[in-house]
Amino acid sequence: MNQRRNLDGARLAQEARQGNRRALARLLSLVENGAPAGLIALSELFPYTGQAHIIGITGSPGAGKSSLLNRLAHAFRQSGTRVAIVAVDPTSPFSGGALLGDRLRMRTLINDDGIFIRSMASRGHPGGIARATHDAVMLLDAVGYPVILVETVGAGQAQVDVARVAHTVVLVEAPGMGDDIQALKAGLMEIADIIVVNKADRPDARQTMRMLQSVRHGGPSGHHGPGGDAPAPPADADAWEVPILLTSALEERGIAELQAAILAHRQYLSASGQWAARLAQHARAEVELWLRRHFEALQTAHLPPERWESAVDAVAARQAAPAAVAQNLLEELLASICHRRRGEC
Amino acid sequence: MERKIRVLIAKPGLDGHDRGAKVVARALRDAGMEVIYTGLRQTPPMIAEAALQEDVDVVGLSILSGAHMALVPRVLEEMRRRGLDDVALFVGGIIPPDDVAPLKEMGVREVFGPGTNTHDVVTFIRQAVDEPTA
Ligand SMILES: Nc1nc2c(ncn2[C@@H]2O[C@H](COP(=O)(O)OP(=O)(O)OP(=O)(O)O)[C@@H](O)[C@H]2O)c(=O)[nH]1
Ligand SMILES: [Mg+2]
Repeated sequence: MNQRRNLDGARLAQEARQGNRRALARLLSLVENGAPAGLIALSELFPYTGQAHIIGITGSPGAGKSSLLNRLAHAFRQSGTRVAIVAVDPTSPFSGGALLGDRLRMRTLINDDGIFIRSMASRGHPGGIARATHDAVMLLDAVGYPVILVETVGAGQAQVDVARVAHTVVLVEAPGMGDDIQALKAGLMEIADIIVVNKADRPDARQTMRMLQSVRHGGPSGHHGPGGDAPAPPADADAWEVPILLTSALEERGIAELQAAILAHRQYLSASGQWAARLAQHARAEVELWLRRHFEALQTAHLPPERWESAVDAVAARQAAPAAVAQNLLEELLASICHRRRGEC
Repeated sequence: MERKIRVLIAKPGLDGHDRGAKVVARALRDAGMEVIYTGLRQTPPMIAEAALQEDVDVVGLSILSGAHMALVPRVLEEMRRRGLDDVALFVGGIIPPDDVAPLKEMGVREVFGPGTNTHDVVTFIRQAVDEPTA
């Protein structure tokens, strides 16, 4: 297609390291598209990663994630810290297209050299971030952004993948969520390191905050005991106590407190040894993801679509059980690899 | 993974409504494109910088205020300053027919007047991505 896409990954990686924003932007596209040049750049740059504090911002659609992220990025800029932002919005399952609107709320950041914002479509990945979000964050880390903010799609209980990328997860909710709390405690609340009730300019914000507090402490609707009979577990002195904060992105209130909580969490991670534990978790998730990707590539390369169809048809016609059919496909896959390597396997 | 066409839709200048821009943005999404929408009152540097960071193939400007002859050259200049010469620019909105030729001379790839069928915009973008300017 477009000729400007045929680019040299190693050269782009070098240019991006030297501060060339266009090179960085192109690399982000290359990794997003799974292009070979993107893979080359990723391995070139990998030794420089591991420096950034990666902060995930998740929560219900419309809770104010982008607006809050805008304020938060400003707060980091005030202290001279350069900030990168990856904002994920959903891909339409019907057209494969996407309307990426998070930038709309970040307009005040655009005229600042110390900020780099990238919108990303989820491209069918179900976990609240895109499949390539890991890779994008790695690039931004490697070129020297010390703080990276990742905004997920408006998330429900199962969309917890941001915890595989971020060191600190901020869960943003807004007043009036009512029943959503039930769904929240199942997933998102368990990955949250900091909980924020945004839109504190609205009168019902405190009530939402109290509700969240009772869920966190295993109160009447908490997950520590049915019906709230069980007392809250004793607090471990070394454990991180998840703070619940009130903010208003609109009136710019509570932002300094949120930034302080994020920095405190970073300190806690280092002091408690949890930083290393999270890095290990992320590494595991990364390797698993790549193993799956490599396996998918093998499937595409070695199993022709007709073979797939016949296998699926056999199961649908109840001629063979799915597990047995999959086993056969695996054998064929291995044989095909072996054949193509001239028996060296 | 396949690559998607990325488009930035922006509204420079001071005119206050963006219905048309949103209609185009949605139509492009429905045609399978990834559309970055940046909202009202964008300055030329904001637009060019967003186009750079988002690595878009195409930028679309919606201008209803009549200020296109002043705004478009400034956007083009900011894009060139950032090395975005290969990013196609199209303009939509209320553009008098007499201004179309001068705009194209400046470097605008296409101009869409009021009542444009969004299919034409989709077709134009697909072509622009397949055949970048020399
Ligand atoms: N009253 C009030 N409104 C707010 C506040 N923060 C954001 N909003 C409004 O809430 C709406 C959604 O804000 P966004 O920042 O786009 O929310 P989001 O969570 O990023 O939304 P998605 O990315 O679509 O899930 C917008 O109309 C904002 O203006 C706040 O503190 N108070
Ligand atoms: Mg948002």
